[in-house]
Amino acid sequence: MMKPIILTTVAGLCMATAATAEIPILTVMTYDSFTSDWGPGPAVEAAFEETCACDLQFVGAGDGAALLARLQLEGPRTQADVVLGLDTNLTAAARATGLFAPHGVTADLALPIAWDDTEFLPFDWGYFAFVGNAGADAPASLRALADSDIKVVIQDPRSSTPGLGLLMWVKAAYGDDAGQIWADLADNIVTVTPGWSEAYGLFLDGEADAALSYTTSPAYHLIAEEDDSKVAWAFDEGHYMQVEVAGKVASTDVPELADQFLAFMVGDIFQTIIPTTNWMYPATATTGGLPDGFDTLITPAKALLMSPEDALAARPAALDEWRTALSQ
Amino acid sequence: MAHSAVTINPTKPGGVAVGLVLVLTLGTLGAVAWRADWGRGLGAADWAAVTFTVTQALVSAGLSCLLAIPVARALARRRFWGRSVLVTLLGAPFLLPVIVAVLGLLAVFGRNGILNDALGALGLPEVSIYGFHGVVLAHVFFNLPLVTRLILQGWLSIPAERFRLAASLDTPVGRMLEWPMLRTVLPPAFLIVSLICLTSFAVALTLGGGPRATTVELAIYQALRFDFDLGRAAMLALIQFGLCLIAATLAWRMTAVDGLGTGLDRSVDRWDGSRWGDGVIIALAATFLLMPLIMVIVRGVPGLFELPIDIWRAALRSVIVAAISAALCIGLTLALALRGGWIVGLVGVLPLAASSLVVGTGLFLLVYPFANPAKLALVVTALVNAVLALPFALRSVAPTVDKITSDYARLSAILDMSPWVWTTRVVLPRLRRPLGFASGLAAALSMGDLGVIALFAGDAQETLPLAMYRLMGAYRMDAAAGAALVLLVLSFALFWICDRGGRVDADL
Amino acid sequence: MLTCEKLELTQGAFHLSADVRFAKQAITAVIGPSGAGKSTLLLAIAGFFAAQSGDVLLDDDSFMSAAPGKRPVSMLFQDNNLFPHLSIFENVGLGLRSRGRLDAAERGTVMAVLIRVGLKDMADRKPAALSGGQQSRVALARLLLADRPVVLLDEPFAALGPSLKEEMLDLMQEMLVQDAGATVLMVTHDPADARRIADHVAWVADGVVHAPQPTAAIFADPPSGLRGYLGKMG
Repeated sequence: MMKPIILTTVAGLCMATAATAEIPILTVMTYDSFTSDWGPGPAVEAAFEETCACDLQFVGAGDGAALLARLQLEGPRTQADVVLGLDTNLTAAARATGLFAPHGVTADLALPIAWDDTEFLPFDWGYFAFVGNAGADAPASLRALADSDIKVVIQDPRSSTPGLGLLMWVKAAYGDDAGQIWADLADNIVTVTPGWSEAYGLFLDGEADAALSYTTSPAYHLIAEEDDSKVAWAFDEGHYMQVEVAGKVASTDVPELADQFLAFMVGDIFQTIIPTTNWMYPATATTGGLPDGFDTLITPAKALLMSPEDALAARPAALDEWRTALSQ
Repeated sequence: MAHSAVTINPTKPGGVAVGLVLVLTLGTLGAVAWRADWGRGLGAADWAAVTFTVTQALVSAGLSCLLAIPVARALARRRFWGRSVLVTLLGAPFLLPVIVAVLGLLAVFGRNGILNDALGALGLPEVSIYGFHGVVLAHVFFNLPLVTRLILQGWLSIPAERFRLAASLDTPVGRMLEWPMLRTVLPPAFLIVSLICLTSFAVALTLGGGPRATTVELAIYQALRFDFDLGRAAMLALIQFGLCLIAATLAWRMTAVDGLGTGLDRSVDRWDGSRWGDGVIIALAATFLLMPLIMVIVRGVPGLFELPIDIWRAALRSVIVAAISAALCIGLTLALALRGGWIVGLVGVLPLAASSLVVGTGLFLLVYPFANPAKLALVVTALVNAVLALPFALRSVAPTVDKITSDYARLSAILDMSPWVWTTRVVLPRLRRPLGFASGLAAALSMGDLGVIALFAGDAQETLPLAMYRLMGAYRMDAAAGAALVLLVLSFALFWICDRGGRVDADL
Repeated sequence: MLTCEKLELTQGAFHLSADVRFAKQAITAVIGPSGAGKSTLLLAIAGFFAAQSGDVLLDDDSFMSAAPGKRPVSMLFQDNNLFPHLSIFENVGLGLRSRGRLDAAERGTVMAVLIRVGLKDMADRKPAALSGGQQSRVALARLLLADRPVVLLDEPFAALGPSLKEEMLDLMQEMLVQDAGATVLMVTHDPADARRIADHVAWVADGVVHAPQPTAAIFADPPSGLRGYLGKMG
């Protein structure tokens, strides 16, 4: 059955949008920056609508974590057909909600790790990294950073996805010694911000020598601003990965359309849009290859990633460790 | 002597307003609690957050009050060119969207800010804004103007004849006149600022320097966002209400001094104090409060040219929301002030203690079964911010309503006015000044809202703060600085227009 | 006849009994020491002070249960008799119609009254732009328009200078009583006011409102309490 069109019509205070023809609507719930004018959203929408004879509508909801919270608030009655933008630190909790159905897509993924999740399908990925200024001191490892007097800004793992990524990074690299690393890092951390934007903004304003971000961040400055002054620090311990995924909502009323979108998502058109809009690596090899500038980025020797279930299980203890070390 | 039992004030709208505020504060909390799976209770970290929250709130409030005394006194007894403009401008930090204010503070006090540049040039060691003191500094920045305004009001309420009398008797003004005034003005001011700081979130998180600086509001945010633990969020919100209730009960016992919105353009002739000393104090306060604003302007101007066209659409949307919010706030305030009574006193404090995250989440749960939240995003933002501004609006309006009632209720009753005529022809015109101030405040506060809108908004409801935040999220820091400047100018302009509107041609 | 029938007024330690009749279409001055309850008596008649028991009647019709605005009573208070934010015209217009807008005929009536009290040119001004005497005339104009049989004056002219006050009292007597036929109760602390325009004087003291007596008679042979009061007044 079709959803009443009026319900999914995104309207402002004045409901100017009139319901047009009887074309099906695919609602994709995603994080804010995906749908912004500079994000992949507009191009993806245009490209998909050319092929699907449907109306693709994005619903933006904060960041990845907010996305999951929003979905949980809405529960099985959610309007969303596809949820796009969770990462592996969130997928275990997302799976536990029972709101997702298997995606059924087989794709030739180009990830540094094996992928066999049947419910969540990656659309891009990247490595967490500290991004600093070219020419300045660049530590070669987490340990070296902790031993230096370099100042960095990080995000709070309790409110931000990169923050949680760093927590897992330290845990994956150092295991039981993670607490010690955090204790030694404490005097390097200028402050802990609620989200990525604040941390990166502080770094660009000169408040810190580096901010926790992605290995791909310098590509933005290089390509969009022709500025090669930002570099990501390569760490010997390896870099923790962020794999961003999408999933099909079990209660969707347009399951075929949702499947079609997920298949489109790992296809060439979608994947070519990703690098210069979401500033991440595409999840599958694209025919055109990576854009110029991506070749200048560091490629970590070792990719670290905990399984979603391990990440969820490790989180409470890792958070306590982090809190204790930074509260001294 | 004998007083009438006759009241001409309409009370039904007040009842509706009370209901609305209760639904939005306690009702939303109830909705969250209703949906919660009651798992684990509060942990040590949560209690640490409670301790930190209370400590920083008390210190911030204490310092704000302490610093506001000399500033208010200097302003009360000096007359100089541009004084009234300065008094208005000094109110600006309180109206600022938190995120803009933090950017401004960092531009002055940050590692790369002008203060440390100056210290560096002098060969002095740099100071760090991050940590407990940074949180307190930011809270003082926000609240010093508010307390200064409240105390200045107290100072101006001392009749000039008393100062003349004290001067002719050569008695110390401080002990005879000022201390008794401060003793009634300061405690409620202290409590209000404490309450405001209790629900602080973004300030503590950005400037706090680490997990030590976890406030209850942040813990709520985490519970809602990362753990989806509605039960814990509800419990923490309840603690926040509890803290507020304690403070409110204390405030209730003290004489409240009010008149937030009344004129401060006078100064009282005095025969004490040094002209230079006062000048230095005023200059210091102005520098502290205005420098961050100037930095927002300086950094924002280049970004103005990079602003995407959508920003202006978002700005227009924000202005509309702010206008609706101001109108709602005035309606609610008027209804409550006319009703009066202890319940209004309580309702006037509750929103201060409400966690905007819990309000937003609860409202989402309440609305979701009936409507698409994205469609209601702007309406909900206007409504919630109207209620959040209510405590301030009520404090500025209620005393004037009482005065109007005591002056004119009998005359209006014997003229056989209906409650409607009484409200529209007597009360409203005479309330223009405080209502102008209150609506300006509500408009400015809702202009900067980022809490409620973020939860509800879809793409079509992007407001200016949200657009600015999204610019930051897309690496567009310069454009975001430009948006911050637009936000600053619009917030302040809205306040100024409303406040002016209340003053022009007010034959009172 | 305005009648207070076994009226008992109590508030805390204060008590006042009134079982008196006031002559119709005449001025009765209410005098007595401060705190005796002169104002309270007027407030009770106007409906602002709830009596413990007793009744108030006009020509045998009780209006005790009516709201202040529904009683056959107008009142001027010691202050705040005009709304400062409304024009003179609007203030006076409230006497004619306090709910809703004036129609053209009513506007003419208001203007006529303003002309009568000599404030034709002041119609658009606000009270603050007028002198004390002129403000009193505005209040008088409103009383005339309200046209209620009973008028209570709680020392509304106390702030005026002596000659202005006398002028207002004369105007009141002429327009309110002689022309409009109102029954006026006037609180005053100045026996000269009573001598000037009052037909009767009611002496209020020791918790009792004494029966009004003709002005000339009561001043010629005052009861003992009044004698002491007059002596003190010089």
